[in-house]
Amino acid sequence: MPSYVIPDKCDGCKALDKTACQYICPNDLMVLNKDLMKAYNQDPQMCWECYSCVKICPNQAIEVRGYQDFVPMGASVTAMRSSEDIMWTVQFRDREIRPKRFKFPIRRGVSEGQAQPFDHWPTGDEDIKSETLMGEPAGLNTERGPVKFDKVPTL
Amino acid sequence: MADFETVVVETDLLICGGGMAACGAAVEASYWAKKHGLKVTMVDKAALDRSGAVAMGLSAINQYVDLNSGNNTLKDYCDYVRNDLMGITREDLVASIARHVDNTVHTFEKWGLPIWKDEEGNYVHEGRWQLMINGESYKVIVAEAAKNALAEAGGEYFERVFITHPLMDGNKCVGAIGFSVRENKLYIFKSKATMGAMGGAVHVFKPRSTGEGFGRSWYPPFNSGASAFFTLYAGAEMTCQEVRFIPVRFKDAYGPVGAWFLLFKSVATNAYGGNYMQENAYELDKWEPYGKVKPRPANIRNWLMMLDVADGKGPIYMQTADAIQRIAEGAEDERAAKKMLKELEAEAWEDFLDMTISQAILWAATNVEPEKKPSEIMACDPYFIGSHSGASGAWVSGPEDLQTPETKDEYFWGYTGMTTVDGLFAAGDASGASSHKFSSGSFTEGRIAAKSAINFILDHNEAPVMDDAQVESLKAEILKPLDTFQEFKGATTDPEVNPNYIRPKQFMYRLQKIMDEYAGGVSSQFTTNDKLLEKGLELLAMLKEDQANIAANDLHELMRGWEAVHRMYQAEAHVRSILFREETRWPGYYFRADKPSMDNENWLAFCNCKYDRNTGEWEMIKRPVKYITQ
Repeated sequence: MPSYVIPDKCDGCKALDKTACQYICPNDLMVLNKDLMKAYNQDPQMCWECYSCVKICPNQAIEVRGYQDFVPMGASVTAMRSSEDIMWTVQFRDREIRPKRFKFPIRRGVSEGQAQPFDHWPTGDEDIKSETLMGEPAGLNTERGPVKFDKVPTL
Repeated sequence: MADFETVVVETDLLICGGGMAACGAAVEASYWAKKHGLKVTMVDKAALDRSGAVAMGLSAINQYVDLNSGNNTLKDYCDYVRNDLMGITREDLVASIARHVDNTVHTFEKWGLPIWKDEEGNYVHEGRWQLMINGESYKVIVAEAAKNALAEAGGEYFERVFITHPLMDGNKCVGAIGFSVRENKLYIFKSKATMGAMGGAVHVFKPRSTGEGFGRSWYPPFNSGASAFFTLYAGAEMTCQEVRFIPVRFKDAYGPVGAWFLLFKSVATNAYGGNYMQENAYELDKWEPYGKVKPRPANIRNWLMMLDVADGKGPIYMQTADAIQRIAEGAEDERAAKKMLKELEAEAWEDFLDMTISQAILWAATNVEPEKKPSEIMACDPYFIGSHSGASGAWVSGPEDLQTPETKDEYFWGYTGMTTVDGLFAAGDASGASSHKFSSGSFTEGRIAAKSAINFILDHNEAPVMDDAQVESLKAEILKPLDTFQEFKGATTDPEVNPNYIRPKQFMYRLQKIMDEYAGGVSSQFTTNDKLLEKGLELLAMLKEDQANIAANDLHELMRGWEAVHRMYQAEAHVRSILFREETRWPGYYFRADKPSMDNENWLAFCNCKYDRNTGEWEMIKRPVKYITQ
């Protein structure tokens, strides 16, 4: 089904200026029932299970239940995303298999909102008709110098 | 007519779309627009942080040419792309992107994208051209830079505005029209140059899962053919509309296989342990010279697998356990092996969690531990995507300095990235014949085309001329589905069943059934012929007539209605192009049973097409393939 909303946790984002899940869904699926002040997925069949709504929900009120036309019941994958990393918990259908937990970084060295678009390197040619893009040619080179492909470990 | 407020936005450059190519365009255009006092406006049908094909995230950057290493040249990349596309590629465009893409990747790192590094601080390659990343927030980071760039240059962006049509002044694009999916507002954008970067097309063909899993397409279901329709309607020449892409992925949830094949060196076999790449190698002779190149073209790999499926040797498995075991055996001792296995396990799961979370759910739900048992793989459905191993998109000008005397007359007309319509540029999945640009290359192509568009504006700095009659007629046409629903909804007791109209979902289902059964979809194992295609066109013509009766009960459904129309035009361009190309060149993508062989003598050529919005006529055009590397 894809994403579903837990009624006890969803408060309709009443403290925010917009409903977070409705704001973020790339396929315009999450909507707010204004009478109940609860969100729901208006067309689960068009859900990509991208977890954008799950990750953005301030109350952790949204989860995903696998598509029932090919996913057996009982497993779950839950996400907790902070500004620097994301924590995943994978629960198997077979409860004998120990749940897996992973934590991966999502940003490095630049805090949220601070990505500076321009001027990481000088632009060598300011002529609009030249083929030079912003930050070239300096930005084409790696700071570490040449790397031989066959020397790069594959793991 | 439904009661809508009309909002008019004037700008110099209009960027339609919000994905990787559009964000690249926003950053580069803002940089140059700031210097020249111009305004850049971006319009996205969703929210910039999570729109486009990278919305969910990605686990790898698939185009990094690493020119600085001295190992790879632009020619190497052109060779790779040309061979993968069975000879059909615009090398000038491929080289144009490849010579800039490393700068883009280095810039992503400056913006905070975590790219994997080894102990010495070098990027970890997944394969020759691919880098591993922690890419859950890839799009969020890129969108942030695009927003900051627009803010610094005095530009603006609109979210939740769905562009339906280009606005035209003869053969010049002077803007775009669309509507808000949140409030009753029609938007008219007037621009001196316009970029179409609204992604590829999914759900043109019937997907394998038709229940709840309908939306679990490999490429996102919100990529609905907007680019193809936009450029076709403007009258732009299109190319490679026959070149669909069918990726092989983990079955049903379509999780990525790249890390397994490239990073973990896994092999795929049939159910009886046979390696189809070896056992079916006899077939490669038939597709020479491309059948014999390494790596084997994506469609050829598909084809050899499909032969096993047709022979009843399924399921096909990715031998994950063997691959992990082999890697662990390389460890020094048992302790090191244990540590290595744990790392591999995390990498394998992250590969899914970063970009196809459904696959992690499916593995967990079917108790798959990849180190213990293999997993099924399968060919997905056909998609239209110019950025991967597909090639469909608009025919655009290449850069002048990469042309040879032989290519210049064919491939260059003034502004890099400009379509055959004046002032209309295309990038990413919207531009064709420049495959294998992926996320980083699409962003790069957006940058190249955006700088070129700013150059175009400076050369043609004149106010756009709007034809008011055209605008009024489009307004009425765009809103008509809302009017149709209101007019007829009382005619039956169930709004779903009504003889006066067709709802967008049924319209899309009908399109998908036609494409599936006549144009070589899943149910026919991707096989078609001239007669099936002709019959398909007949049915498409009726579908096109019924477009006038689409009904929508709200803004969301109005968007779905226009998405379905956009998909239909992509479909027709595809059917006409397959019919025009009288050979089979990409077995594994589609097979023309009446022309079962490759015909290099007659068809080592581009099949281009044009649509005339005034007459509804299509023109098919054969253009020569000319390489710059040979």
